[in-house]
Parts: sequence; structure tokens; C-alpha cells
Amino acid sequence: MTNDIAGLKKSDVALIIGSDTTECHPVIAARLKLAAKEGMKIIVIDPKRIKMADYAVLYAAQRPGTDVAVLNGLMSLIIKNGWEDKEFIAERVEGYEALKAEVEKYTPDYVEKLSGVPAKTLEEIAEMFGKAPTAAVYYCMGITQHTTGVDNVKSIANLQMLCGNMGKVGGGVNPLRGQSNVQGACDMGALPVVYTAYQQVTNAEVKDKYEKFWGCSLNANNGMPMTVAIDKAHEGEMKAFFIMGENPMMSDPDLHHAEAAFKKLEFIVVEDIFMTETAKLAHVILPATTWPEKIGTFSNTERKVQLLYKAVEPPGEAKDDWEIHQLLANKMGQNWSYTCAREIFDEMAKCTPSYAGINYDRLSKGGLHWPCPTAEHPGTPVLHIGRFTKGKGTMFAIPFKAPAEVPDAEYPIYLTTGRILQQFHTATMTGKSDGLNNLAGPSVMVSVEDAEAMGIGNSEKVRVTTRRGSIVTNAFVTRRIPKGTAYVPFHFAEAPANVLTNNALDPIAKIPEYKVCACKLEKA
Amino acid sequence: MLITINGKQYEAESGQTILQVAKKHGLYIPSLCYHEKVGVAGKCRVCVVEVEGMRGLQTSCSVAVRDGMEVSTRTEKALQAQKLVVDLLLSSGKHDCLSCAQNGKCELQDAAYYLGIERPTLVFSDLEPHCDESSEFVKVDHNKCISCGRCVAACQKTVTNDVLDFGYRGANTEIVFDDGKDMGKSTCVQCGECVQICPVGALTEKKVAGQARYWETEKVKSVCPYCGVGCTMEIHVDRKQNKIVRVNGDESSPVNEGMLCVKGRFGYDFVDHTDRLTSPMIRNDDGSFRKATWDEALDLVATRLNDIKAKHGPDKIMGLASAKVTNEENYTFQKFMRTVIGTNNVDHCARL
Repeated sequence: MTNDIAGLKKSDVALIIGSDTTECHPVIAARLKLAAKEGMKIIVIDPKRIKMADYAVLYAAQRPGTDVAVLNGLMSLIIKNGWEDKEFIAERVEGYEALKAEVEKYTPDYVEKLSGVPAKTLEEIAEMFGKAPTAAVYYCMGITQHTTGVDNVKSIANLQMLCGNMGKVGGGVNPLRGQSNVQGACDMGALPVVYTAYQQVTNAEVKDKYEKFWGCSLNANNGMPMTVAIDKAHEGEMKAFFIMGENPMMSDPDLHHAEAAFKKLEFIVVEDIFMTETAKLAHVILPATTWPEKIGTFSNTERKVQLLYKAVEPPGEAKDDWEIHQLLANKMGQNWSYTCAREIFDEMAKCTPSYAGINYDRLSKGGLHWPCPTAEHPGTPVLHIGRFTKGKGTMFAIPFKAPAEVPDAEYPIYLTTGRILQQFHTATMTGKSDGLNNLAGPSVMVSVEDAEAMGIGNSEKVRVTTRRGSIVTNAFVTRRIPKGTAYVPFHFAEAPANVLTNNALDPIAKIPEYKVCACKLEKA
Repeated sequence: MLITINGKQYEAESGQTILQVAKKHGLYIPSLCYHEKVGVAGKCRVCVVEVEGMRGLQTSCSVAVRDGMEVSTRTEKALQAQKLVVDLLLSSGKHDCLSCAQNGKCELQDAAYYLGIERPTLVFSDLEPHCDESSEFVKVDHNKCISCGRCVAACQKTVTNDVLDFGYRGANTEIVFDDGKDMGKSTCVQCGECVQICPVGALTEKKVAGQARYWETEKVKSVCPYCGVGCTMEIHVDRKQNKIVRVNGDESSPVNEGMLCVKGRFGYDFVDHTDRLTSPMIRNDDGSFRKATWDEALDLVATRLNDIKAKHGPDKIMGLASAKVTNEENYTFQKFMRTVIGTNNVDHCARL
């Protein structure tokens, strides 16, 4: 998030697009709902009529994968009506003319044809958003998990720069991140192209700095993202995977393909807390500790670094992940000598400019938002005030592109996947709670019309089939999903959604298109 | 400004109520319906005090302070009134402290203790048990409810789920879910905010029954392990059993202001689940696993990774870090991949 959670109530308008907020980020949803009761206007654009739509002033359902068309259409109307922030554009933005030329084509009628959003609704949304003194955008994987994921995010940035909503309280581009430390894992350089704090591995100066800091020579080439590594493994080009606390055998797209890839590897090490679907394929499994068993830090969706204290002792011989890395490094000829997590944090802060001013003493008094460059710096709840980090903000002219796979005669239904409130990710943790399992099991959300056409009722068995695989699960018949679309939560090994999903990737981010593919539904 | 409470002067700010000033300075005035999160309710009338120059007793939760105000919380008149209200509340419900999960953190119990009420002066009314245990995680005991309205206000004004309300009329008034459904059949999402804010044992967490009591647990601050919001929490630990007994939202957190969701509050069973991995394991030739020592397992990993690196090069090895472990552990993981293996093939499932 460019902005902080506490400042959320300062918006006049909040646009929620591609985020089922009450299901996936319930506490932020609570704050948005309360703000709506107190006068903030919420706009929801989502293929499902999500719970947040009940609190919204305006709601539109776009067909899956048509976000760029909708966002371009909004910008087109905003420019046409003169609601853009001319001063902000003049002073802080480049690329405006190209953007304007691109979005002009996206008339309300054209957008209706592409996305299914009624022209009139688009006009109402553009007016409410365009005229708002301060408006925020909240999004989640409904925006990013597309072959046009990068385009979608850039379009949101375009919209927010166009309306001058950047660098101010209550505005911002606000991705709601889905895992406790997904922000931190990125910040820490657990990415193939960057060291900590997004310092490029291909930048010679950066490499030089890290070689001195760590006292060794480093690889100058970008690494591979996991989605690509799995394809390479499938082609026999990868030899070993070292996996810490993740379960790609549930979370990766097109699981049959992923399983075949894993089975071609010579060696797999898994560090985890349970015998996950992935651990079952490992050659060596190393038992790790979980969240209340250790001291450390998480960085949340608003870039706030917060401390975890140890509450219970781990079971058996389970060890903290950092300790396992150290033991292994030393078996491989290193001489690591960390005695606690705090020492690691201090070392990390020395090579991570945005964390340089953060330490455990400060965190013990409360979390800090990065960037926090010095020990006196108060942290940065709102990014880009006065100027963008890179200077001028760049607007990109982005044409609409259709998803990689759309419904056809054989597979006539849109399939989209995601989460539900009571489970988390691959259910490695939540799946161990009888209570949570009683509240939520596998299902497919089916529209009333499609259910009637198949002659099935609530809780009856449905077979969902795509070009990649097939599952049988319980129907959840609801008016919240439009005709021609089905939604499967991906948590459940009994009916794994990712057997069905398409592993087509965004060309830049290499994120799979979980949110759109084509399926057929049959009574099972 | 300065105000006087029971003959001593205290700093106060304009806009504060007498009760807020008293709480800030650690002075106890019994109160039940007021909670800082949901504001003034002015319902229970337990917090009455005398204020110089004001007629009759005043509810300290709703009267704003004035400079030079003189407040007495322990005059005979005030204490008698406080006592009467608490006495009637105790009499009109079934407040069996012995096995109540709220014992030790019950604000009605605190008030009774402060006021020296050993047992209600009125005979217990002959109440039929009136519990709703239909919800997965929450037990509702209507006979312990004092109708303070904190849960209703919290459901509507903090978590904004709009499920809880008051239903029925007069003496029959009770909290209801939706239009009077059983909690488990209602639209309640079981975030547990009502449990956390309930001053008595009317709304309790089912799982804590029979576990270590409030005063036996150590409270440890942490951050929720689920989504990326970063709700901070207070983990209540039974050290003797090495067991999490309860998780509460951290009321002082600007991130979540005490709120949690059903997973964060109730979904900690996995921590001491019997399926946890407790020792390193090595795959046998037949595909089954056998237990190994750390030394044996790590030697094998080191040998195999070294061999593959030597034979095929470091870029044939992929490291998948985790969005569910700490910053420190992600740092050591990518450092390991980059400095020991010698590849930038490190990623985590940010995309998945």
C-alpha cells in the first residue's frame, strides 16, 4: 500500500476492485464498512457481488479479465469531463498525452461491449470517483492474477495519478497483501531479480556492495521466478528445489503439470511444519517452528514492520528456519554465527536502506512503516508526498488485451478462483482446525441460472472441468455470482482448484492467470 | 485542567468524562456498559458518583469534566447506588463464577468485589438455562448477560458486521443475532469481537472452557500469521502446559484496534497439532520416510546440493522462500541461496 491503514477513513471515496475484502482482509473490510457508515462512499467493481457491494453506493460486475477496459473507460470519462487533476498532472507526471490518446477510444458503449459493465454505471462511477476530493483504490489478486496483471496495476496507477490521489492521506494505490509476511519476503530480497529493498542483482554497483558486505563473489544474472522454474523442471532443466514453508503442490497453477515437474527433479528439500502435499514429494524434510514459537518481524500490507515475541516452545526437534539455514550453510563450508533473530535483523538493516533506521528497541515500542532510513526517522505511513521516489510519475498507455483463455462452445463458463474467510491459502494451518473446517469446506459458487440449467440445487455435487483437469465438489448456488461464471476456492486438497487453473503467465511479473479460464459444469 | 476526585487533584483534558479521567489515573469506579472503543452508553448506571454543585447522582461515564470540578466516588450515597445496581444485576441472572470462563476478568465480579457484595441480597430467580451453543466458537449464556450493549455496539460500530442487536421488549429484552436466529445459523462471521468486549461471561470462547484461567496465563504480543493486514494480537499462554489458551486482538494497535477475524482469533489449533513435524526425515528408496538426526539430514542435503552444484551449476537449483516466515528467515534464506549456492534463483509465493 502506498498509504496506511489508519488513514483509510480519510478518503471521500474508496474504489474496491478485484478484492473480496470481507473474505480475504476482514479487518480492513471492517474499517472500510465503518467508514462507509460514517459517510465515505464505496464503489465496488468485481465479477462477484461481494459482501462489500452491500455497503457500496455503486456496484458494477465486469466480466473476468476486463479490468483494463473498465479502468480506461473511467479515465476516458474523467478526462472528457475535465475531472482530472490538471495541476498534479502538470507538475508530477509524465506520459499524460499518450495515456489520453489511448483511453479516448474506451467510450462507455465500447467498454460495455468489452466488459459487460453498463455504460450508465460506468458514467456514474467516473463521476463519483472523478469529482471526489480524495479517493483511494483498494485491490487484491483480482487485479494481479492475470496475464495482464502488470497492465491492470499500471492502469490503477494511471487513474490515481490522473486524479491527483497520490501522496496524500486518504488516497493511494493500495494492494491488500494476502500473507502475513509477503511484503517482508519481497523486502528481504526473496525475489529472483533483487537483493533486499529491491536493489537490482544486475546492477554492478549493487552487486559490488553486496560482495563486500557478505565477503564473497555473487552471481550477476537474474534468477528465475518459481512459475518459470517449474516449467524448466518439467523440461528437465532444473535439478533441485529447496522449499521453505510453501506448498506449491497446492498453490501452483495446473497441478498435474506441476507434479510431473517435481517428479523430474533429482533432489527436493522441504522445510515446513506439516507433511504438506509438497513435502510428500521431498527427499529430505526439515521440521521448522511456527509463528508463536519464535521471535522475529513481519512487514504488513502497509509496509509496517512489527515484532513477534515467542509464546510457546516448539515441538520435538523443530528449529527456527534461520537456524536451519545457518546449520546448513556451515555444513557447506560457511562460518555463520548468528545467535538470535535480532542479530540477523541488525545485519539486514545495514544493507537495506529502507530498513536502516529500524531496530528491535524501536519496534518494541510499536511498528514502523518503511522507508525508515535513520534511527531518528519516524517512518513513512504515506508514500510519494511531494514527489515520487523516482521523480516524476510515469503514466502508461495501455491497450486492453483479452485473457489467455476465454469461454467457448466446449468450455462455456468463466472459472475464477480465490479464497474464503474461514480458510487460508493451502490450508496447511487452518485445515488443522476442526472449527474452521466445520465452517468452510470445498465448494463451487454457481449462479442460480446455471444451477437451474443443470438441474442442481445447493450442496449437490458438480463436476468442474477445464482443459487441464477436473474436480467434483459441492455446489454453492447463489445470486452473488453472475450467470456464466463459477468460483472455486483454492484451499482444499479434496477438490483442488489448481488442478483446473491455467498456467499462462503475465509476461513481466510471471504471475499465473488464476482469475480467468474456461470451464464446463456438469451434474456429478 | 485540574479536577478533584475524592479530595485529590488530577490532570484532565476538556472533552474527557469523569470516568475517563479516573481510569487514566488508575482510580477505579465500577462501570459496565462503557468501553472506550464503543463510547458512552449511559445504560447500566453502575458508575454513578456525586459531583459538587450538581443535583443527584451523576453517571461518570457521560458527564464531561469542568475545570475545578469536585467529584466523590465513595460517598455513602454513591456506594449505595452502585451497590444496588450491581446487586440487582447479580440477582437477575445466573452468575456462577466457579466454572465461568470469564472468572478473573469479569467486570461484574470486579464490581461486586469492590463493593463487598458477597451474595445477592435477593434470592436467585429460578432461571431456566438459556444458552446458545450453536456457533462453532462462541458460547452465548443469556442468563449471564447484563444487557450492557457493548457487544451490540461493537458488532455495529467496530467490526461493522451488523449481526447483533437487542430484540424483544421490556424485561424480555435480550441480544439477538440477525432477526432472532441461533448464533450458528445467523450471518455472524465469528470474528469474536463481541467475546473480547463482553464485560461478563455472557459471550465466551468455547475452547477456553476448563483451560488455564486469566490470571494463570502469560500474555505475549505477536502478529497474526494469516493475511497481510498484520493485526497485532495478545497470545494467552499456559506456560505449564506450553499451550495457547486464547488469542485476543491488541486494543492498542493502530492496525486492527483490537479486532481479529475468525482465523486469527480461533485458528491456532495447528500449533500443537499432533501432525506437526518433530524431527528431520529422509525418504527411503520405497518412497516412505524415516526419521533422521539433524546431522544426518543436513549432511545429506549439503552433499546433494554440493554435488548438483558441481555437476550442473548453481542455476539448476531453485530456492522457494516463504511469505509465512519472518523477515529474518527470508533474509537468511536468500543469503544462503545467493552466497552458498551461488544463484539468484530465489522466489516465494507472492504471486500465488
